[in-house]
Amino acid sequence: MKLVVVQVLLIVVVAVVAARLFRSRGARAQAIRRLGVLAFAAFAVVSIIFPDVWTRLAHVFGVGRGTDLVLYGLVVAFLSFTVTTYLRFRDLETRYTRLARRIALDEAEVRGRLEGGPEH
Amino acid sequence: MNTSRQVDTSGVWLVIPLYNEAAVIGDVVTRARSVFPQVVVVDDGSADDGAEVAREAGAVVVRHPVNLGQGAALQTGFEYVRSRPDMEWAVTFDADGQHQTDDVLAMLEKARAEDLQVVFGSRFLDDRTTPSLAKRLVLRAAVGYTNLTTHTRLTDAHNGLRLLRRDVVERIDITQNRMAHASELVEQIGAMDVRYAESPVHILYTDYSRSKGQSLWNSVNILVELILR
Repeated sequence: MKLVVVQVLLIVVVAVVAARLFRSRGARAQAIRRLGVLAFAAFAVVSIIFPDVWTRLAHVFGVGRGTDLVLYGLVVAFLSFTVTTYLRFRDLETRYTRLARRIALDEAEVRGRLEGGPEH
Repeated sequence: MNTSRQVDTSGVWLVIPLYNEAAVIGDVVTRARSVFPQVVVVDDGSADDGAEVAREAGAVVVRHPVNLGQGAALQTGFEYVRSRPDMEWAVTFDADGQHQTDDVLAMLEKARAEDLQVVFGSRFLDDRTTPSLAKRLVLRAAVGYTNLTTHTRLTDAHNGLRLLRRDVVERIDITQNRMAHASELVEQIGAMDVRYAESPVHILYTDYSRSKGQSLWNSVNILVELILR
């Protein structure tokens, strides 16, 4: 029964993270991501000092082993990384496209003028 | 190579995205210009000399410094023809010779007669075009998805032949650089609440066009590009 709970929870988390990263950009989303990274780092330190902290936490959630919990967390982190990276690349591509288009149109205009007016 | 019909084509600009098709582009431009003198070829960073060939055939050439994709090339073409005050209609036309100028004339007449702002070409309104079964399935799925997600009812969403009136061209903003631009175009036109219709077109599936045609895999890519944006 506890397994179902953790499964539902993880699925919800995956969906929410994906949806949030899908929909929102800007300062707030960036801040949330940075806080997430910070929490992740802090927790990593804690788990180095107290190695069995993951296992205890896993038991709280009803997961068998600590490693499993880490794996689930990693899946969520990786998913969000994939989505944000994709979106960031798309943003970059949009800007790059505008730049290239501007160059292309300007060049065509100069050439058109050199060849004497709009009709060539 | 004159057509029997007498249609005023003075305000029409053909927009032809070009990518590595030097072998056929000269012919395509020459033939198109016999009916529609104003042609802009957007060379999408081709590695061959297609841009030069198109220029010699009498087209205006706008050249992307790097390869961006067909959707980006179309948008560049739209932005170019917007800068031409004489442009009343823009036609998106393929570089590989699969489109017919006669079909464009029919679309233009239809648009003028029925006061339409957009005319989409469709392969499925008559039986001149015979795509393979696999291709038919992909196209059907694509149009189903497009109709489902946009405010349009079309029979062929991924047809490269379209006629757009100036006021529509001015509002189009394609951001999907790659294959999903066809759906994006339909979506934007659907959201504009303009008068549109479809007109039957004949797509020539030559060996040349078939050798570089869209595969089934491409439809997966289109879907992902549409969902993740």
